Amino acid sequence: MSGGLHCVGCPIDDIKEEKVVRLTAEESAIADGGAGEAAAMGMRIVVEMARLMGARELIAITSAHIDGCLYHGDGGVEFAERLVALRGRVAVPTTLNVGALDLITPKRVHSNPHQATMARRLMSAYVELGCEPTWTCAPYQAGHRPSLGEHVAWGESNAVAFANSVLGARTNRYGDFFDICCALTGCAPLVGLHLEINRQATVLVETSAVSSRLKQAGEFYPVLGTWLGATCGSEVAVIDGLPADLPEDWLKALGAAASSSGAVGMFHIAGVTPEAPDVSTALGGRVPRRTISLTPEAVRATRDRLSTVHGGRIDAVAVGSPHFSLAEFAQLERISSGRRFSVPFYVCTGRSTLEQLESTTGSAGLVQRGVEIVVDTCVVVTPILPSGGGVLMTSSGKFAHYTPANTGYEVVYGSLEDCVASAEAGCVIRDESLWS
Amino acid sequence: MDSNLVGRVLIPGNAAGPLFLLDSPISFWGGVDPHTGVISDPRHPNHGRKISGTVLGVPATIGSSSSSAIMLELLRNGTAPAALLLGIHECILVLGVIVARELGYPTIPVIELAPAALARLPADQPVSVTEQGSVLY
Repeated sequence: MSGGLHCVGCPIDDIKEEKVVRLTAEESAIADGGAGEAAAMGMRIVVEMARLMGARELIAITSAHIDGCLYHGDGGVEFAERLVALRGRVAVPTTLNVGALDLITPKRVHSNPHQATMARRLMSAYVELGCEPTWTCAPYQAGHRPSLGEHVAWGESNAVAFANSVLGARTNRYGDFFDICCALTGCAPLVGLHLEINRQATVLVETSAVSSRLKQAGEFYPVLGTWLGATCGSEVAVIDGLPADLPEDWLKALGAAASSSGAVGMFHIAGVTPEAPDVSTALGGRVPRRTISLTPEAVRATRDRLSTVHGGRIDAVAVGSPHFSLAEFAQLERISSGRRFSVPFYVCTGRSTLEQLESTTGSAGLVQRGVEIVVDTCVVVTPILPSGGGVLMTSSGKFAHYTPANTGYEVVYGSLEDCVASAEAGCVIRDESLWS
Repeated sequence: MDSNLVGRVLIPGNAAGPLFLLDSPISFWGGVDPHTGVISDPRHPNHGRKISGTVLGVPATIGSSSSSAIMLELLRNGTAPAALLLGIHECILVLGVIVARELGYPTIPVIELAPAALARLPADQPVSVTEQGSVLY
């Protein structure tokens, strides 16, 4: 069982007998209402999940990241408001993922009045429970960076992949509801990626057939991630043969794409990520269950599948999934300097990154060129794009994955440079030379 | 209905409906419209079909952990399947049902089956699920 909460690769026949979940005296006291009714409800859900996941016991966590603050419907609001009514309060430092509103520039989002009201009630409820109003899918860019070996309970698939793979913290994929239950109780089922053995790679990915030029390009990593998710699902892979100096933003993009196309909770990159000083360590000294050689043909096919159209007019550009970092803002500033966009160019980011941007280089230049900075939320989770549909261009593998179903837009994938050139021209301009 | 399979009961209950076995893995978030119960991901092979009221066979799930929220909304809106038959060990959809139970919404049975058993069930034929985890067809 490699993926814990979401063991897609786990054959049913292998599932062991359900175990009784043994609670410590402290955990039992929470279950009995000693820490209040909300924590007791949280503990009921944590223990039920622990039983389903085959855990024998719970583990104390040091922090949580909550995905449940994004409005999906009124049931989620009723749940959060029930916890508030029961006087719930998080037991560990807890950050919040995106909501369905841009609280800084509310007019950006065109939700109907009911949705806007409910989304705001949901966001308020989570703040009332004691969570920090970070409103970002990249809490690791907002100062929330657990260290190697720390047990945490994080939601939001890209953040989970990042915490496990890049930071070496230990978390399963805690989705809506489960995340806040862990935060209220301060514990999580000891299973899946909390356990050393399940963090070791079982799949080895060789990349020697891929050109080093492509490996040095940021736009390769969302494609690699998309391929990884589709190929490995929840199996933990170690990827060999990548440059040792991969920027954090490329690792972020890889994990986000991998956890969109498959249930990837963790990956290793030999010589790069903290639990993979080399291939053998990442594999835990074992022989890989499978070795896969990534071919240039597979890379090209995956890149093509990220787009539903491949040329012609575009109606908007959106970048920043996961949320844009300061380094990405600096890159955009550099490559868009002196240009003017003819279509809306949305950059999604967290409020803490925006504050840092404003206190350093500022955003005036970008705004003048036609950039619209979306904060606290993003374009695939709430209505921001102009209505009526059209073609959206993006440099994000995650946006490429979710745009058609969530927005009704066609999508075309390109590098950030491609996005800038296309936004200026109003039609798809892509540098194809890297991929041929 | 003279054949039966027995699975692992994740959420007990009785239910019946036509079997709808998904042709490929799905993410409920971004893949199913909670208001209509229709599969909304244009890249899914069953795009446009309705899951409401069916005994839904899910060979595997992918993508967002927000799928539990969509499961909760389906139950709240009365657009949920009649039962879930999971061909994988996954807890995200089950969590949506557990939260629905805490909130007092109607819930549905969830049964885990071996993938080969799931694949053996007759497409679109009536099947029923019992409290003990039997799937009758």
